[in-house]
Amino acid sequence: MSGCPFGHTGESADANRPGESNGVGHSGEPAAVVTHQEAHDGGVATSAAEGTSRMSRRGLLSLAGVGGAGAVAGLAAGFLGHDVLTAATASAADTTAGDAAVPFFGDHQAGITTPAQDRLHMAAFDVTTEDRKELIKLLKDWTAAAEAMTTGNPTGKTGAVDGPYDAPPEDTGEALDLPAAKLTLTFGFGAGLFEKDGKPRFGLDGRRPEALIDLPHFPGDDLQPARTGGDIVIQACADDPQVAVHAIRNLARIGFGKVRVHWSQLGFGRTSSTSRAQVTPRNLFGFKDGTNNLKVEDNALLEEHVWVGAGAGPGEQWMRGGSYLVARRIQMHIEIWDRTSLREQEGLIGRTKGVGAPLSGGEEFTTPDFSLAGRAGEPLIPMDSHMRLAHPDQNAGVRMLRRGYNFTDGSDGLGHLDAGLFFIAFVKDPRTHYVPMQLALAKGDTLSVEYLKHTGSGLFAVPPGVQAGGFIGEGLFA
Amino acid sequence: MFLPASSSPKLRRTLAVIGAAAAVPLVLAGCTDNTKTTGATDGPIQVSSTANECKVSTGTAPSGNLTFAVKNEGTEVTEFYLLAEDGLRILGEVENIGPGITRNLVVTAPAGKYNTACKPGMQGEGIRASFEVTESGTKPSVDADFQKLLDNGSQQYAAYVKDQTEQLIVGTKAFAEAFAAGDAGKARDLYASTRMHWERIEPVAESFGDLDPKLDAREADLEPGQEWTGWHRAEKDLFPPAEYTAMTPAERTAISTQLVADTEDLVTRTRTVELTPDKLGNGAKELLDEVATGKVTGEEEIWSHTDLWDFQANVDGARIAFENLRPALEQKDAELAQSLDEKFTALQTELKKHAKGDGFVYYNELSQEQVQQLAALVDSLGEPLSKLTAAVVL
Repeated sequence: MSGCPFGHTGESADANRPGESNGVGHSGEPAAVVTHQEAHDGGVATSAAEGTSRMSRRGLLSLAGVGGAGAVAGLAAGFLGHDVLTAATASAADTTAGDAAVPFFGDHQAGITTPAQDRLHMAAFDVTTEDRKELIKLLKDWTAAAEAMTTGNPTGKTGAVDGPYDAPPEDTGEALDLPAAKLTLTFGFGAGLFEKDGKPRFGLDGRRPEALIDLPHFPGDDLQPARTGGDIVIQACADDPQVAVHAIRNLARIGFGKVRVHWSQLGFGRTSSTSRAQVTPRNLFGFKDGTNNLKVEDNALLEEHVWVGAGAGPGEQWMRGGSYLVARRIQMHIEIWDRTSLREQEGLIGRTKGVGAPLSGGEEFTTPDFSLAGRAGEPLIPMDSHMRLAHPDQNAGVRMLRRGYNFTDGSDGLGHLDAGLFFIAFVKDPRTHYVPMQLALAKGDTLSVEYLKHTGSGLFAVPPGVQAGGFIGEGLFA
Repeated sequence: MFLPASSSPKLRRTLAVIGAAAAVPLVLAGCTDNTKTTGATDGPIQVSSTANECKVSTGTAPSGNLTFAVKNEGTEVTEFYLLAEDGLRILGEVENIGPGITRNLVVTAPAGKYNTACKPGMQGEGIRASFEVTESGTKPSVDADFQKLLDNGSQQYAAYVKDQTEQLIVGTKAFAEAFAAGDAGKARDLYASTRMHWERIEPVAESFGDLDPKLDAREADLEPGQEWTGWHRAEKDLFPPAEYTAMTPAERTAISTQLVADTEDLVTRTRTVELTPDKLGNGAKELLDEVATGKVTGEEEIWSHTDLWDFQANVDGARIAFENLRPALEQKDAELAQSLDEKFTALQTELKKHAKGDGFVYYNELSQEQVQQLAALVDSLGEPLSKLTAAVVL
């Protein structure tokens, strides 16, 4: 079955994959290249936004270094992205390529509705100190470092090369010369921050939100303790893996003695789109993923399904404007999948592999018709297909904002790739927006039952965004 | 046919494949092995199906493998057929094409006169046109007795399933009796060897979506609130992990009674299962998938560590299916038949190394290197085995 269905002719192959060869933001690439060049030639550039002499590792925010209005529009759009971004500005943001910075401050944390970057480094930490003041200090230090790194600057006052000759540099330096690459850092708190071994911690008695549940065991779970849980999570997304890894590395370094990395995960190849300006990417099964995802342009839906509202109890007001992050490490039996016929693959997914149209017809974004029947009255979109079971129509209308990544962590030692999908979703309430759907999928979705295995898991309360002068999770400690 | 919600995913898949392939032995709608395409045409023949038209880009093609790329440009579900000159015999069909979707139909056609037909709305005679296949010198390997070979294979496998279920029920009763009586030693002795009869016919047994979880659910597969019965429930009691609370005699009796009742139900139901060549081929592949995802990792028998018994039984089941299809496969792809033969032998030889008495060593006694060797042999068999169905049904 080599290359089928694309193997028959080059023509039809191209016709079936609109935009794939072009990629996202193609039109912005030439400009980006020029910009790069200018930044490099310019050497140490000045951050216009701050007006300091600190070395920016990224000359792009410097208005002088940018080929004019394009980057300014990109910056503005990126900023608006936290709040009320229209489809038009999202499109503008996307076409300014990978060099723009995504502002750290805002009503909501960046890295949720921000158009999904290409790379991920996520780390979950155990808090080892029991001192509330130390924890608050750490969150303040992390806030400062995150703000610096997301705007393209090194961490610390002296960065990677401007410190004392006889001291280790404050910043580790591997991101020098690299652009901000749309780095976002998103922080969340796990249940272990509020209580451990039945005892409250950090004086946070009564502050654990009810929605921050202990996830139930789902059929087929094979969770490994070393990939599960954590007291604090940090999601670093960027268009450059080195920038994302640099960010986590420096935050972990700042945290030594107070926190310890419990697990971390690298991801490549975003598996969903969070903006209509993005082409739907493919997962490791070769299918488009995230076609029906919530997008940054869906403001009303985001309020309804992603952002925590005012409804929670008095001890939970600190979560207003926040969200809940579900992380699941899903191993895919990709070798077995590759031995499966195209007919069966499409039936399991419920969409065509080529253009990603629902099997009931149309194009990628055509609304699926779950009742349309073919031969013998059997629905064209099978009853046990992944797309049908995950669709809002089958889940009391609930939706989530998915932000997953492909991963490959080498091999399993038996000649199979240890690869799959690192699933990340942001929801208003995991009790209504994740657990029922995951239960339904774990039971009825043949794809889940036969080709997937969940090996890691985490649920985190993601506080709202930070304003200048504040720090991450400030409301929780007020 | 409408399938109730409780219907097994595997059943759905199996029926879907039967629906597609049973009536059309020479064709697998969808796509084909490119290596067998012998330059019959330059690219697929384009077909456009609308409410009242069935446009075929050419009315003639040289003999060999023909590919029709059928695009539904209408608003209803459509189908496309290649019919013999008499307009009755179907050489190939592709069904369930939703509006806007393109599907390929690959047919092996000797020289002669044919008819094409689109059937928008899946109703009536369809919109027909004549189609000619000219002699290209490439002789399609179609034998008049081919269907008979396939039928024989299916019948032989049905007899095998019958035999295995009969042995399964006898063994299950003996096991249940010992387990209920608290004779743990005897029950442990019977556990792995009895389960082999189940594992040999697993794809057939699993096609009953309600029985499979009752008989074979692992603890990790349970959903909250689901009652745990079947083999692995007994396994945990017979090979208890640390800090495990043993079942009471009453609980053991209940599990035993249920196990026998469910197995009897299974035996009855397998008598009416219709086996087709594609089901044999896919079943063989699924058995190897089971080995690759469950047995080779030691996850199936997490307490008893008798995975090698299951492993051997899955391989047995796959090998019997292959051997039943082998006469047909020899005609279509002798090379694949030979390759599968060699790979089954290599895997069996390796498995034999771990035999002990009437059974095997426990899985946790294997070295990492030995597990890796088994895994590599499973992969080298699984890959060509996944081509078996298309090779005999196409």
